[in-house]
Amino acid sequence: MTRHLISSADLTRHDVESILATAESMHDVQRREVKKVPTLRGRTVINFFFEDSTRTRSSFEIAGKWMSADTINLSAKGSSTSKGESLRDTAMTVDAMAVDALVIRHNASGAARQVSQWVRCSVINAGDGTHEHPTQALLDAYTLRSRMGRLDGKHVVIVGDLTHSRVFRSNVITLKTLGARVTVVAPPTLMPAGVTAWSETDGFATSWDLDAVIDGDDAVDAMMMLRVQRERMSGGYFPTAREYTVGYGLTRERLERLVRRNPDVLVMHPGPMNRGLEIAAEVADAPQSVVLDQVSAGVAVRMAVLYHLLAGESAEQLPEGAQA
Amino acid sequence: MTAARGDHLTEGQGTTNGMNALLITGARLLGRDAADILVADGRIVEVGSLEAPQGARVIDADGLVALPGLVDLHTHLREPGREDAETIASGSEAAAAGGFTAVFAMANTSPVTDTAEAAERVLDLGRACGLVDVVPVGAVTAGLGGERLAELGLMARSRAGVRVFSDDGRCVADGRIMRRALEYIKPFGGVISQHAQDPRLADSSACCHEGEVSGRLGLPGWPGVAEEAIVARDVMLARHTGSRVHVAHVSTAGTVEVIRWAKAQGIAVTAEVTPHHLALTTDLLVGYDPVYKVNPPLRPSDDVEALREALVDGTIDVVATDHAPHARHDKEHAFVDAAFGMVGLETALPVVSELLVRSGRLDWADVARIMSVGPARIGGLTDHGRPLAVGEPANLTLVDPDRALTVDAAASRSRSRNNPWHGRTFTGAVHTTIHRGRVSHTVDATTRTAEAEYAQ
Repeated sequence: MTRHLISSADLTRHDVESILATAESMHDVQRREVKKVPTLRGRTVINFFFEDSTRTRSSFEIAGKWMSADTINLSAKGSSTSKGESLRDTAMTVDAMAVDALVIRHNASGAARQVSQWVRCSVINAGDGTHEHPTQALLDAYTLRSRMGRLDGKHVVIVGDLTHSRVFRSNVITLKTLGARVTVVAPPTLMPAGVTAWSETDGFATSWDLDAVIDGDDAVDAMMMLRVQRERMSGGYFPTAREYTVGYGLTRERLERLVRRNPDVLVMHPGPMNRGLEIAAEVADAPQSVVLDQVSAGVAVRMAVLYHLLAGESAEQLPEGAQA
Repeated sequence: MTAARGDHLTEGQGTTNGMNALLITGARLLGRDAADILVADGRIVEVGSLEAPQGARVIDADGLVALPGLVDLHTHLREPGREDAETIASGSEAAAAGGFTAVFAMANTSPVTDTAEAAERVLDLGRACGLVDVVPVGAVTAGLGGERLAELGLMARSRAGVRVFSDDGRCVADGRIMRRALEYIKPFGGVISQHAQDPRLADSSACCHEGEVSGRLGLPGWPGVAEEAIVARDVMLARHTGSRVHVAHVSTAGTVEVIRWAKAQGIAVTAEVTPHHLALTTDLLVGYDPVYKVNPPLRPSDDVEALREALVDGTIDVVATDHAPHARHDKEHAFVDAAFGMVGLETALPVVSELLVRSGRLDWADVARIMSVGPARIGGLTDHGRPLAVGEPANLTLVDPDRALTVDAAASRSRSRNNPWHGRTFTGAVHTTIHRGRVSHTVDATTRTAEAEYAQ
């Protein structure tokens, strides 16, 4: 594995599978009464969040603490970025403190890639603008695999604001890496620029018609609903919330049709959910929903990522304290 | 090596005797037949097979190509306001090193060049440096605000004699303002250089070309139509008003189509393309390096090829650099936050040589047309872009068509280092620049020695 985790494309199938295997061990740690393992004792992990985040930041923080790393949270509000310091200066300043890993969340696409070129420590992308969110894709894969086993040949449908979604960009890569078939669905205004050529190169399907996908020949194994921000309406992306829900929301009626085709279908959402907009309230709480499994997997997967990046050469061998 | 500042102070004080003469021997004029050129008192005094007058400096130009001094319709020299990024002096040195004898300085300084006084200030700073003619561009609208006309007439009447007006960096988006500006400049033969970019189709966060690369990278982009729609409107306004519009930095195939159509109708439209839009593509953005962030954005290879074709067939009239120096701390941000622009004065001729001359698509006479005669004509300069003939102002550029140049950003005369060409090698480089009869730049060691002696 490389020193950094910037894009889901940085990970081979072997990398993904070994991270997910480690995550299973870590998940077992999570279920013990005493959750702490000594694996990263003496290591320092900085969670540098230039953008608000509750679940991602707290899960990285818990992951670091349970592995005995010293974790420090920095937020852009209290940093010098608001004073106009360049991203490079900010990154070099943190790096000069001899930290081992920088977990970075930034509202600008590419920020994690840029920072990784300037610093000596490992950089983990915890979401960069509308680009990628590779640990989200890993925890989604973990969640899917724990329910359905191998993903080879499984049909995963991603629905929503693809243009502005880093979850989509990372998931399409990781799901393909694991052999799944992917269909993405959105109105034309929320399809990323150039998606036709992109989907042909990378081998996923696109559609403007959610019902055609649900009722299509290829039964759906998992529906991944993306958050749709209401402020997109002012940008002319879609007229009203009501119209969006009619066209692209996962309603109870659509879930019933999905279940009729495939009783084991799973419903996912990276959160935070707009209940009633992209996902009906009762669907979010339906037995098919694995939304809370995703959150739970977040800590184990981030422990595994920290372990693989920071435990270095010995990464193939799990530490004793992490054995179940 | 750039000639000593203040060298120009002796300009006009000499006589036509050899002490003030410069003989260029064996240069191929426009890449054709070789001849000697004798320069004295700022003018070409003889062309042919000549003997060096006693005391004259001699530049051995055997194997070199002589062109009329290059003219750049589009530079940002950042003074006044951002002297940490560039000054008129440092920009002039970069221009001379790039073979330019005249450069147009865009109005988006601080304060904006939107008054006669501001324009004269730029002119005077250029003269004080004396390496190139620095020609101020006047703003179209006051403060580049896009709402009311700047004092176009007073700038035109000023000592600076402003003829090119532009809000460059911003589009004159309001159709009514554009129409009135085009009408108003007719009495003094002005031209509006339009930065064509519909601000509603290119929102404030847009930072690159909208297409597959921006989709994958998650970068907000803007499509070619944001440029094309404004160009289409403006050529119709030029037809309606009977005035002249110049399209700055054309970047898309669609714009080329519109301009080709407009020229066929006889509409008074001219256009420029930058070296970077002729060579660099959107693919370079994959590493998110802000050195490649520029406005208009780098486009896909189909657009690049259309731009080359348009330059070769004359649809696009000229090459202009859009030299846009930026301090490091304005570039080393996240891609969406970094400043737009790249430096280009020193690399324009080498890029054109490598891309278009060595491939056989243009000859050196064409280079003279697109980098000297054309821009001088569009910008209304009478002392530049002239024939290499007796009596003409001695603004000359000697090019070594065979010298390979590897670009080193750190070696630039510009104060800034936002150089997209760093590490690339081009064949065809500027050897010597002669501005109003004086050597403003040369790579020739013997000439440098003579220069030093002459200065004593």
